[in-house]
Amino acid sequence: MTLTKQDIGRLLAKQGILIAFAVFMIGFALANQRFIAIDNIAGVIRSSAILGVMALGVTFVVIGGNLDLSVGSMMSFSTIVVLDLHDKIGPTLAIPAMFGLTLLLGAFIGFLVGYLKLNSLIVTLGMLSAIHGLTLTWSGGKNMDIADKSGTWFSFFGQDRIFGIPMPILIFALLAVLLSLLLARTPFGRKVYAVGGNGQAATFSGIPRARIVFFTYLISAFCVAMAGLLQASRSLGSQNTVGQGMELEVLAAVILGGASLLGGAGTVFKTVVGVLILGFIQNGLLLVGLDFYVQYIVTWAIIILAVWLDVAAKRGRLWSPIA
Amino acid sequence: MTDPTPVLRLEGIVKSFPGVRALDGVSFDVRPGEVHALMGENGAGKSTLMKVLGGIHAPNEGKIFIAEEPVVMTSPMQAKAKGVVFIHQELSLADELTVAENIFLGELPLKSFGRVDWAKLYARTDAILKKLNVRFTAKTRVGDLSIANQQMVEIGRALTVSPRAVIFDEPTASLTDAEKVVLFDVIADLQSQGVGIVYISHRMEEVFKITDRISVLRDGQYRGTLITADTDEDEVTKLMIGRSLDLSRNESHHEMGDVALEVRGLSCGTLFQDVDFAVRKGEVLGFYGLVGAGRTEIAETIFGLRNPTAGQIYLNGREVRIHSPIDAVRMGISLVPEDRKGQGLVLSMNCRDNMTLPQVDDMTAGPFVSDGAEIAIFDQYRDKLDIRTPGWRQLVGNLSGGNQQKIVIGKWLSMRPDVLIVDEPTRGIDVGSKSEIHSLIRDLAAQGFAVIVISSEMPEVLHVSDRIVAMYSGKVMREFTSEEVTEDNLIQAISGITEKVA
Ligand SMILES: Nc1ncnc2c1ncn2[C@@H]1O[C@H](COP(=O)(O)OP(=O)(O)OP(=O)(O)O)[C@@H](O)[C@H]1O
Ligand SMILES: [Mg+2]
Repeated sequence: MTLTKQDIGRLLAKQGILIAFAVFMIGFALANQRFIAIDNIAGVIRSSAILGVMALGVTFVVIGGNLDLSVGSMMSFSTIVVLDLHDKIGPTLAIPAMFGLTLLLGAFIGFLVGYLKLNSLIVTLGMLSAIHGLTLTWSGGKNMDIADKSGTWFSFFGQDRIFGIPMPILIFALLAVLLSLLLARTPFGRKVYAVGGNGQAATFSGIPRARIVFFTYLISAFCVAMAGLLQASRSLGSQNTVGQGMELEVLAAVILGGASLLGGAGTVFKTVVGVLILGFIQNGLLLVGLDFYVQYIVTWAIIILAVWLDVAAKRGRLWSPIA
Repeated sequence: MTDPTPVLRLEGIVKSFPGVRALDGVSFDVRPGEVHALMGENGAGKSTLMKVLGGIHAPNEGKIFIAEEPVVMTSPMQAKAKGVVFIHQELSLADELTVAENIFLGELPLKSFGRVDWAKLYARTDAILKKLNVRFTAKTRVGDLSIANQQMVEIGRALTVSPRAVIFDEPTASLTDAEKVVLFDVIADLQSQGVGIVYISHRMEEVFKITDRISVLRDGQYRGTLITADTDEDEVTKLMIGRSLDLSRNESHHEMGDVALEVRGLSCGTLFQDVDFAVRKGEVLGFYGLVGAGRTEIAETIFGLRNPTAGQIYLNGREVRIHSPIDAVRMGISLVPEDRKGQGLVLSMNCRDNMTLPQVDDMTAGPFVSDGAEIAIFDQYRDKLDIRTPGWRQLVGNLSGGNQQKIVIGKWLSMRPDVLIVDEPTRGIDVGSKSEIHSLIRDLAAQGFAVIVISSEMPEVLHVSDRIVAMYSGKVMREFTSEEVTEDNLIQAISGITEKVA
């Protein structure tokens, strides 16, 4: 049996991301030995954790057949709110209050997209800027800092370690396991796949479509709140724009992991892989001495590549000869 | 007699998918001016063979010849350029485009500077539509057409070139009798021009009416070719499934219970008006009528997908309001919908998950879905319905059309509903499985389920029903018991000829 051109196309389309990733990694490792040092690898995972936590939530939204472009600006909101409330009502109350407010935003988006059936791209793109406005209103446009940075236990989530493992990594891992179980093993998870895979068939199966979509946005908001907590706790002070642009990186990681933009496909584990790929590539670019700003361009290129390969895998060849 | 050069010849085609050897050395040829039927059970490999021919799948082994000239097919466009045109089993039209744009997709007539020559496009489309004898125009949006009319558009696509060979993959699955007549005229016309035709169908009466030869596939293997005029249904069936069929009606009369579902004065806008009927436990109630008579809409209303504008629904004697399928499922109503790809299945999900979808909430061990319980249900209905798949992990989208339909039936049967509504349950199903599904329906009734069967196939309704409701244009024309019904009075009733008999 010979390998035909079609077979090669199919293989590239299916495993293209991993192949491209392997090529990148080998290139980086040859260019700079430090790339594969243990502490560098740990560093990459650690700095990917916040993005990763957000990507976990967005995975649910995307599998459910929708988009969430509001997560970056929502993360800024959570960070600013928890920092501000920290000094006003103390960390013990600030954290649940911030989670509550962020979930409220998620519920609002979930209502618009799920129950009112508005297009998720438009809704969350609008929310991106609306929430940014909300954040600036809250902070009055100023940077937010905790007054007594050394005297608070609030730094625990972002800076401490348990068994030598940094808390952000631990939280990311724990959340990944929990959400993976939720998505892969529970009836709710099954319904998310059904709603995203074929909404009409889901309705015909007695699945409450609107409610499922609503909950995917709640999960996404919960993850954003968690990411905001990690961010605030790590830096104990923040600008209003800390999460700006992260929505695209998050989406890149999710798509890179293999979730389909059309909904119905993807897993939490694959998203984690996507997050790590993105993290290593960005880190590698820095190590080989490229400017920090180059990663914006590269992230865009990766999104395009991932989307292309997703489509190609569906039609079984890299490009369509038909019109 | 010397055979004329075949327009199309396949030699030793092998095609494997992971876990399935879909085609195992199939050879086959079509002569000019011949209608050649390709038959076989669901999953036998008919569609796959045609996809290999059309460049959609690359074969692992084997050769393709067009007019005895070897070719390698790489895309449907290339196949069309070589004069081989396909009418696929699964519709592949762009809903948002007009009929004309769909028919000429990829080969729109152009003026200078690449502008579309609309006048020419519409003129040529109208000529094709005239040949097809349809009532819609070139400018209609395809999404607004019924499935049957979309099928006619798909057929129209074959008529834009002068083809050497045309392949029809179950073209009549959703056509009415009148539309079938038109289709057969189109085929006869092509035939007289010397075009070779491959005709895939599970309907014996059609195959015997229009074809010259019949080739049979079984489990991916070529089983032989019969001359239509020299054979009969029984011989073909034996070749297909390895045994004869017992087509006699299951006459086992069992006790009927109380009325399970009753509908009084049910109306839904202009779709149907003032519908009354009742179905008892242990009874099969058939709904017969032309496409568009409002039968599907009644089913959808009972299933909570539409809001009635008037009338009541009673379940076990109690009036109920069904606002959504969630209510319907909870009250013990199941609906096997007519459009399996759009409404019945999540193609990106595996076989087992599709089948257990409506009851996944009840299949938990702790917070998690219980794998064991799900697999048990899947295995039970795979055996009961003879579903051909390499395993439950296979994506439903990779199953053959008929096996997909069986997954949908299994999905709703496994709910063990009080009232089971099946809308065109055997569309695209092979003869063997069809008779199994029919006896399954009779069995279910015997076990005390109330079953409603909506079908556009008269033999099917006559075969399974205890009583038959005949509908015409949104109204119940007449109700028949199985003793009083005949083909003639049924046809009269659904064409709106008889006045309503109380
Ligand atoms: N893309 C695919 N991936 C994996 N298996 C496939 C794929 N396409 C078809 N098969 C398998 O190949 C076999 C033949 O399928 P095919 O669609 O050709 O059957 P068919 O004869 O057309 O049946 P039907 O009458 O139900 O339409 C089936 O077992 C099917 O599951
Ligand atoms: Mg088929």
